[in-house]
Amino acid sequence: MAVPLAGSALAACGTSGPSQAGAGGGGGAAATGGATYWYLSGQPSEGVRTNALKRFNDANPNDQIQGTTFQNDAYKTRIRTAVGANQAPTIIWGWGGGTLRSYVQAGQVEDLSGWFDQNAAVKSRLFSSAFAPATVNGKIYAMPAETVQPIILYWNKRVFEKVGAQPPQSWGDVMNLVPKFNAAGVAPFSLGGQSRWTNMMWLEFLFDRIGGSDVFQAVADGQQGAWSNPSAIDALTKVQDLVKADGFIKGFSSITADSNADLALLYTDKAAMMLHGSWTYGTMSSDGGDFVSGGNLGYMNFPPVEGGKGEPTATTGNPAQYLSISSKATDAQKETAKKFFATGVLADAEIQDWIGTGGVPIVNGADAKLTGSKDADFLNFVYGVASKAKSFPQSWDQALSPTAAEKLLDNISQLFQLSISPQQFADSMNGVIGQ
Amino acid sequence: VTALAPPGARTTVPSAVSGAGRSSSVAWMVLPALIVFIAFGVVPLLGVVGLSFTTWDGIGAITPSGLTSWTYVLTDPGLPHAVWVTFLIMVLSWLVQTPVSLLLGVFLAGRQRYRGFLAVLYFIPLLLSSAAIAITYKALLDPNFGLGAGLGFPLLQQDWLGQGSLAVGVVVFVVSWQFIPFHTLIYQGGVRQIPRSMFEAAELDGAGRLRQFFSITLPQLKYTIIASSTLILVGSLTYFDLIFVLTGGGPADATRTLALAMYKLGFQANLMGPASAIAVILVLVGLALALLMRRLGGDGADSQLEGA
Repeated sequence: MAVPLAGSALAACGTSGPSQAGAGGGGGAAATGGATYWYLSGQPSEGVRTNALKRFNDANPNDQIQGTTFQNDAYKTRIRTAVGANQAPTIIWGWGGGTLRSYVQAGQVEDLSGWFDQNAAVKSRLFSSAFAPATVNGKIYAMPAETVQPIILYWNKRVFEKVGAQPPQSWGDVMNLVPKFNAAGVAPFSLGGQSRWTNMMWLEFLFDRIGGSDVFQAVADGQQGAWSNPSAIDALTKVQDLVKADGFIKGFSSITADSNADLALLYTDKAAMMLHGSWTYGTMSSDGGDFVSGGNLGYMNFPPVEGGKGEPTATTGNPAQYLSISSKATDAQKETAKKFFATGVLADAEIQDWIGTGGVPIVNGADAKLTGSKDADFLNFVYGVASKAKSFPQSWDQALSPTAAEKLLDNISQLFQLSISPQQFADSMNGVIGQ
Repeated sequence: VTALAPPGARTTVPSAVSGAGRSSSVAWMVLPALIVFIAFGVVPLLGVVGLSFTTWDGIGAITPSGLTSWTYVLTDPGLPHAVWVTFLIMVLSWLVQTPVSLLLGVFLAGRQRYRGFLAVLYFIPLLLSSAAIAITYKALLDPNFGLGAGLGFPLLQQDWLGQGSLAVGVVVFVVSWQFIPFHTLIYQGGVRQIPRSMFEAAELDGAGRLRQFFSITLPQLKYTIIASSTLILVGSLTYFDLIFVLTGGGPADATRTLALAMYKLGFQANLMGPASAIAVILVLVGLALALLMRRLGGDGADSQLEGA
């Protein structure tokens, strides 16, 4: 996901530079070689991260961590440059997957497998599905953290009621709902297509529902010609059918997800449904007036496709966020970071903070703590999807190497623009398999 | 617009002052500029040329790989398209900007007070950053929440940035909107340089306004036009921030210029080698354009004030 943590509406528009946060002990920490930690800005998540860091620093006067925040897109290039120049912070915040793999190949991050063996309790309290994107060649290079973020099919109850429609139970229902909503002057689906990864979520589900999780796994494993799988071609064709049937809002290819305009389309009744990450729930409830609090937001897992081989419980998205330790850090810094992983990350107070923002922390048994929340229904739904999912693969653009991911996003935008056919898409993507 | 190339205006080097003592005493004055230019212009350029013959993902080791990057770029079907889009935007924005800023410049060269007031208004777009302009236009052109939808004006309710040809048109429009003030300023200065006596003589001979414009103003502005055109053409190679924020090169690849293709390859796909190759191509094209424009300007031997 390019913008998994779009906090507030305008957070992504700012060009605010890095800012110091959660610093303890003033210059003392830096002078004694304290650890450093870079993470994303944007409320409400930034506040949770900053508070967690502050609690750790307060509790450990001798092991200080200096935090620095960055805006999402700026962070991506900044961290890569820093890692490449051996200037990485002690703790590297990231999305795991393909980017982590490139760090590992360059020898820039610590192997944490041994540490997790010694600290089995740290590992066992977290969702086991969260560890796959942190694992490269059987070794764990990152500590899963923060929240689980599956992709959800949201629907607007007000619009459904007005049109007299029922939420789709199958792909056939989806295609039947499209003309119904179009006739009523409402766009069937909202989509921020300029961001490209937003389109990709549709393919992730169609691939999975039609051919099962093996289809994309073959791509990730680098099998030659994996994109030419008949299920893949079928999924690519189906999504173009939806585009051709005007399934997406007019002008979707110029809407960005950063501006949250796609969410606004849903809560202003201009669109009936939207496929998007669970992280958008918080933004919709804060920006959408009484849309969420009035009980107008429906949510469900992506429906099955007739005759498909995929598990209907499977989902996709961000199994977690990830913290790695730079291999260039000093031993003292590494020890501080590990102490933070063991005692600071997802401590009880941080778990409560995440729940308060409408997120589900990746901690087993977190569901017991959800009941008191005002968003308990939604949080329980997300917890259910995440914990019952037969498979929970990571978003494609994070799972693949940055090179292959860019090619993928490029081809996806052309596919949705109808400027290439499914076969051309497959041929083009087969060319970068294994890169 | 960043002025990469020296304007095509003629430079009359006073050859009489080339006495040995005189020139050596002023030669050091070029040093600060030369040092900065070498450190931040030539050295990085050589680095980019070097990188274009390597394979590098930005964090691993840099491995020499001969012509791999060049083969990758030159066989990529996206390259001819990016070159085409770059030239399309370059030519279209020249066609829009030159006549408009020429006329505005002539208009603002008048000394009337209301024209001075208008000049200040015209100048405003130049004060805004490209990113801010792009964000503003993006919001205004939004098909669902923008100006067209807000005013209920159907003609404005196009999918401005979602359809290839419309998006190119919008980019040209916004670029022109942003830079016409700058070129207007150049033309205004140019027109004011023309000796008043020429106009007075023409008036005595009975030449009308139109005749004066085509027979005096336009020919006298030859070098100003060349200078401004060089800035537009070479500058358009570097349009990046505005397009990046406005369309991200989209829809699909409709507005992906060479500069955008370079950024995407280098910083999104982490293919620094091919990205450097595109950068080298950009530099060569820019140099060729600047030289061409200088040629068009002649060697500067003929006086602009001939017959005056």
